[in-house]
Amino acid sequence: MRDTMATVYELSVSGRAAVDLPASDVPATDLPPDEVRADCGLPELSQLEVVRHCLALSQRNFGVDSGFYPLGSCTMKFNPKVNEAIANIAGFSETHPLQPLETVQGNLVLMFELQQWLAEIGGFAGVSLQPCAGAHGEFAGLLMMRAYHRERRDFKRTRILIPNSAHGTNPASSTMAGVTAVELPSDSRGNIDLEAVRAACNDELAGIMMTNPNTLGLFEEHIEEVVQLVRACGGLVYGDGANMNAVVGVARPGDLGFDVMHYNLHKTFATPHGGGGPGSGPVGASARLKDFLPGPIVEKAQDPDGPVYRLAMPAKSIGRVSAFLGNFGMFVRAYAYIRQHGAAGLRANSEHAVLNANYLRVKLRDTFTVPFDRINMHEFVCRGAIDGTGVRALDVSKRLLDYGFHPPTNYFPLIVPEALMIEPTETEAKPTLDAFIDALKAIAKEAHSDPAKVKGAPYRTPVSRLDEVRAARELMLSDRTKIAAD
Amino acid sequence: MSYVPHTERERRDMLAAIGRDRMEDLFADVPARVRFPELNLPPGLSEPDLVREMRVLAERNCPVDPARSFLGAGVYHHFRPATVDYVLSRGEFYTSYTQYQPEVSQGMLQALFEYQSMICRLTGMEVSSASHYNGATATAEAVLLALNAASGKRGKVVMSAAVHPQYREVVKTYLRGAHAAVGVGDEDGTADTARLMSLVDRDTAALVIQNPNFFGQWEPIAGLADVAHRAGALFIVVTDPISLGLLQPPGAYGADVVAAEGQSLGISPSFGGPHLGIFATRKAHVRRLSGHVVGETVDTCGRRGYVLTLATREQHIRRAKATSNICTNSALCALAGAVYLATMGKRGLRQVAELSYQKSHYAAAEIGKLKGFAINPQAPMQPFFKEFVVRLPAPAAEINAHLREQHGIIGGYDLSGEYPHLKDHMLMAVTELNTRAGIDELVMALRRVAR
Repeated sequence: MRDTMATVYELSVSGRAAVDLPASDVPATDLPPDEVRADCGLPELSQLEVVRHCLALSQRNFGVDSGFYPLGSCTMKFNPKVNEAIANIAGFSETHPLQPLETVQGNLVLMFELQQWLAEIGGFAGVSLQPCAGAHGEFAGLLMMRAYHRERRDFKRTRILIPNSAHGTNPASSTMAGVTAVELPSDSRGNIDLEAVRAACNDELAGIMMTNPNTLGLFEEHIEEVVQLVRACGGLVYGDGANMNAVVGVARPGDLGFDVMHYNLHKTFATPHGGGGPGSGPVGASARLKDFLPGPIVEKAQDPDGPVYRLAMPAKSIGRVSAFLGNFGMFVRAYAYIRQHGAAGLRANSEHAVLNANYLRVKLRDTFTVPFDRINMHEFVCRGAIDGTGVRALDVSKRLLDYGFHPPTNYFPLIVPEALMIEPTETEAKPTLDAFIDALKAIAKEAHSDPAKVKGAPYRTPVSRLDEVRAARELMLSDRTKIAAD
Repeated sequence: MSYVPHTERERRDMLAAIGRDRMEDLFADVPARVRFPELNLPPGLSEPDLVREMRVLAERNCPVDPARSFLGAGVYHHFRPATVDYVLSRGEFYTSYTQYQPEVSQGMLQALFEYQSMICRLTGMEVSSASHYNGATATAEAVLLALNAASGKRGKVVMSAAVHPQYREVVKTYLRGAHAAVGVGDEDGTADTARLMSLVDRDTAALVIQNPNFFGQWEPIAGLADVAHRAGALFIVVTDPISLGLLQPPGAYGADVVAAEGQSLGISPSFGGPHLGIFATRKAHVRRLSGHVVGETVDTCGRRGYVLTLATREQHIRRAKATSNICTNSALCALAGAVYLATMGKRGLRQVAELSYQKSHYAAAEIGKLKGFAINPQAPMQPFFKEFVVRLPAPAAEINAHLREQHGIIGGYDLSGEYPHLKDHMLMAVTELNTRAGIDELVMALRRVAR
């Protein structure tokens, strides 16, 4: 395993080919001489070489199917295989987005019901499925908030409050949406600082972006007060749904007074993470914001012969954020997930996600400091450094790789130094959690007995620690492009 | 229920360890007013029942037979070699996430590095992102890169009306948040490049064209890059990666940024997504690139390996000052693209492009012979690749309904909605999966409506 693998270009041999296509069966037309290129620069391999290469690559990769993957705020839970099979039914996968709508009524029913179900789960008046990822949904939601204020000719409202525990996408999305992010501190119990919110509430406030449960895995204890303060001063409340897996069937953000929220179908609704996408980030909106949703969305109309489903642009829509209708293949999987579990099953999934995370916390808190040690939701944050040994959170993570576990999220949220953010999800059984606890305790012991060993980890992976500084300095971004540092 | 693995005993033991009696006790922080709502959802289903119900839903659609479809307009039926699905079905790939731990992510990182390498050669550019959501958002991000390159001092984007209409809509949405930037050039739906050039001035951050354009035609590109560059603007080209198996890459005619939809590279149409946003640029703009990018490096033993690099541009480090908010992108679709490109190889992609070219020209020639039909009437002398505009003797909707109902053929894309001056025109796409028999059948069917 620990050998360097050749690239497709190194495997390429001039004249080799992997596929045969039929000869042309139509009379030839001359190619336009000036526009034709000599060589498109692709490699030349046999089909077996392609397959062996890709299979070997897959063996150098770790997914939920390989082992426990407690990556905080990412909800790496089991992706049901039946959902993959369903999404690959030709009736779904071989439909074209511009087909006449009467030939894709099944797709539109699916989208309409998914819109309805997500609205029901989140407590919202409307949902658009169009955004392609969580950050894309944030961008859409912020544009909606901005459009709402502008429609009311309230042009001063350009500031948005973002807790310092928020995902980096929140401030980045704010910049893209043309609003100014204002950072909020956290209080001693890991909540948003209520006094800071009070002080920031004025007529320039566009709203607040909240992740609830927050990235410490804590349900905001002052959520009702925060929402009330922001709304009372004319602001809107945005919910980052990245941590929704804790609260499906437990609490609806809409009931708490949220105006807009994105859902991560690739987290809460079990669609695969795909090595970093494709995801899907539908956005839900309250009654006062639903007309601003990106579109088109699916509507149900009554025809003499029965219901027909069609596309419509919300009345004051911010417009399209994606071509076509968004990541439909992910809608199919999320629909199947919701349909399989029903209300009772969804609530049980969230409850067990919370049960697993609390179990890990109480079992680990004597070994790793938990700065906010109270009942948490689906994840919790501990300090990963081992005092007096020089072993840091990163070292613990790398050593976990040797024990066959994917590490937790490292160094996030930024408000906890040496953070390890652990999210087990509901699909892990107790024996797996116990093995993970044992591994972390063994590593903590090793840190005292042989700190160098922990700091040199991992040893059992295809490569050892990689030189990230060199990567950023030399910028070898393709097999023949080296970019000199500025 | 099998999704949650816990036995009753395990649940009890775990609650005891936490010091709580009941599951509900874990949720005391949730305000009682909103706690445990009754969700109005249909009851859960067993796996066999779920499959049955989903099949019934799928049967309410008519999936497209590629040999009998002439619909493209940004999403195409091209051959998908079996290697692609074989690789995509590997759980090690599709159940992994962003490569935060490179030691156990070398497979995906190397695949993405190879994807970037192949995209660079295909487009004639120097740097490729590891993927964007789709062609439309890649185009919008290219425009944001250009505004960023001008340090916010240029407020205008000149965009051809022959850029995909939905891409233009997405660009306009993205520009809502960018101060003072507006798209111009596409208001009247014409796509005259001379007119576009006249609109480029010192306030222009980018000139955006599509080539082959939305109508399938090769644009008269001479001078476009120069006009943009003389004015200090970037030249952004939206393209079709299949065309690059045969035709000159945008890098050869002066593009600064290339954006494209990669769906044709082994990804099923899937009703419009998920697809693959291709985004490539020149070295000069590498620090303005949005999204993940993979770089080569070495490990502590000197062995070659790969990592996500240039993280200092990205949201998790730079937060409000990041070049983009992108985190999750479309990695698995980039993997599909990489497997497709490696499988097709130099010769295969050329064959796909040539067959699409030949068959579309055959179809256009045959349809052009019919009374009342004309091919590319708006620019008959411009070469085209695999799509062409047909002027019809009747509204496109009528003709498409006839084709579908009488002949089981999916016709072209009705252009009248987005291009009012192209009333009674449709855009037809022909790929290597269309057969001569299928094309002849289409021509026969159209002959019946000719008058």
